[in-house]
Amino acid sequence: MGAGIMLHSQQASPMNPSHMPKALHNTARQAGPLRLQRLGDFLFENVTRMFAFLVLMTLLAILASLVVTSLPAIKTFGLGFLWSDDWDPVRDRFGALVPIYGTLVSSGIAMLIALPISFGIAVFLTQMSPSWLKRPLGTAIELLAAIPSIIYGMWGLFVFTPVFSHYVQPVLIAVLGPVPGLGALFQGPPMGIGMLAAGVILAIMVIPFISSVMRDVFDLVPAVLKESAYGLGATTWEVVWKVVLPYTRSGVVGGIMLGLGRALGETMAVTFVIGNAQRLSVSLLAPGNSIASSLANEFAEAVGDLYTAALIELGLLLFLITTVVLALAKLMLLRMGRQEGGKS
Amino acid sequence: MMLSSRLRLAVSLLALLVLGQARAVDITGAGATFPYPVYAKWAEAYRTATGNGLNYQSIGSGGGIKQIKAKTVDFGASDKPLTKEELDQDQLVQWPMVVGGVVPVVNLAGVAPGQIKLSGGLLADIYLGKIKRWNDPAIVALNKGVPLPAQDILVVSRSDGSGTTFIFTNYLSKVSPEWNSGVGSGTSVKWPAGINGKGNEGVASYVRQQSGAIGYVEYAYALQNKMTYVEMKNREGQFVAPNDKSFSAAASNGHWSAEAGFYEILTDEPGKASWPITGATFILMQKVQDHPDHGRAALDFFAWAYAHGSKSALALDYIPMPENVVKLVQAEWKRAFKDASGQPLR
Repeated sequence: MGAGIMLHSQQASPMNPSHMPKALHNTARQAGPLRLQRLGDFLFENVTRMFAFLVLMTLLAILASLVVTSLPAIKTFGLGFLWSDDWDPVRDRFGALVPIYGTLVSSGIAMLIALPISFGIAVFLTQMSPSWLKRPLGTAIELLAAIPSIIYGMWGLFVFTPVFSHYVQPVLIAVLGPVPGLGALFQGPPMGIGMLAAGVILAIMVIPFISSVMRDVFDLVPAVLKESAYGLGATTWEVVWKVVLPYTRSGVVGGIMLGLGRALGETMAVTFVIGNAQRLSVSLLAPGNSIASSLANEFAEAVGDLYTAALIELGLLLFLITTVVLALAKLMLLRMGRQEGGKS
Repeated sequence: MMLSSRLRLAVSLLALLVLGQARAVDITGAGATFPYPVYAKWAEAYRTATGNGLNYQSIGSGGGIKQIKAKTVDFGASDKPLTKEELDQDQLVQWPMVVGGVVPVVNLAGVAPGQIKLSGGLLADIYLGKIKRWNDPAIVALNKGVPLPAQDILVVSRSDGSGTTFIFTNYLSKVSPEWNSGVGSGTSVKWPAGINGKGNEGVASYVRQQSGAIGYVEYAYALQNKMTYVEMKNREGQFVAPNDKSFSAAASNGHWSAEAGFYEILTDEPGKASWPITGATFILMQKVQDHPDHGRAALDFFAWAYAHGSKSALALDYIPMPENVVKLVQAEWKRAFKDASGQPLR
């Protein structure tokens, strides 16, 4: 989910294939081999265009089929689907509030944990790490990204949750539980599973994505810029915060969105640890549910048109949420670009 | 030289493939995940015995019902039987294939498998969240001498839609009016209390990790993982342990009738030895077979499975159908199936 969407704003490359053949055509007229080459260029241009449009068509087709198949649920529940927390397959009453809330909260927790850690990893690897350590550490992080999500789920269920429930959650309940306001988030028995556990597993899963994008863009900062800042007496932190980060802003936001996109749509790993309860609770230690997890759990055995339609409407909502998140990121980049333009 | 020998190899391989395909009629089926291990085992043995293959996709009961209605497969499989009206509406024939049991399991320190006893009403109250602690007087009354801790009960159920959940909730609906009106029965329901794990393995691992937990799993899971199973009070007031005998007792006490499309859910069956949370899994086929050779091949397979499959079913902790039910089913096959011209299939 979202892994194929890049957010770089610069699009026009100097090697635009559509201009090349014309220039060639003017300098050398009607020469045989060149004509053949022109045909090749023509074909190449159209075939690549077709491929690009194929992606667009697929996207639209998916959207259309989601809307059409979820129509019975949309007609029956209307907008109330969005804020009803009732999910009762036996009585054919469905509402999406619990999965929507769970999707947003678990992804939110994941980003809260993953962002600072990924930033630290990228800063260490690009600015401070001795060069012999750079490669093995970088590879290890990329390997984390290659682990299938089902493995994260099973590891989460069999290894992580027992440790989490015995050593981490009791501490959280004892320390943060009595705090007024914040304490409401840390109530209930330490079961290991729940919203917080899902957030932590998601964080581990998105860290490699965010940190490797951050590392790659940090490496792109010209040495001259950094050296001149150091020359003026800036500390490493000042160089990172005032030179590296502003220079790489769009890339960093792109990396974060890539991670968030993955967290929103993650299915298997979340299913194993989130607790899968269709109940709304404030406490992060209580079991909840996410959209992707509900779909994975219930789709196979869903009988009846309304039930299936409600599940597909959930899928449609996930699609829309992801689109909105990516659109917001793009907007943010545009605004940052404009501000920069205003300054200079 | 090299090339030509490779070419020859390729051609002969291709020929082998084509010939192999031409000989066997591959039966296709789709549906319930619960009986998948035994259908896969039977398919393998059937191929060895007859050379005919069976391709069964465990996509879930809901998917199986959809596929057989759309005629994209030769047979569908469902844990939840269709009613007579539903069968007639889509011109389907239905019969039970194997029986399985669902077993409540607990995690209580110092309590051995089979040591703790519950009744259906108590089980429903626990799952409703009305009985919250293990030393509740109602539980203690049934379990004199069992060290029941003053501990909260953590209720664990299945998060994914499944036949196991259907059988379990169907039982609770039969024994508890409050469950029936408040929650009901289905492949997935709105659970009033507790946490939900994905699949038997998810429920089993939550129960094993959390002290004071109660869950329900397929019999094979409880057995393989040596979990602390619960003895249940059946309809006749007897406490029975889950095993092959108590499951088949329930199966033979079922009221099987071909006229009703073998619609029977084996929960809360009469009989002193009957395990109360038992259920059969069902096969669905089109009454009128557009491809009679496919229909015949499928029926041959099921007849073979009834005759030769009992041992491998028992090895996987499924219970074969009782003899008298098999006879009823096979008589129904003769009566119900027709090809497109109206000729009987068998």
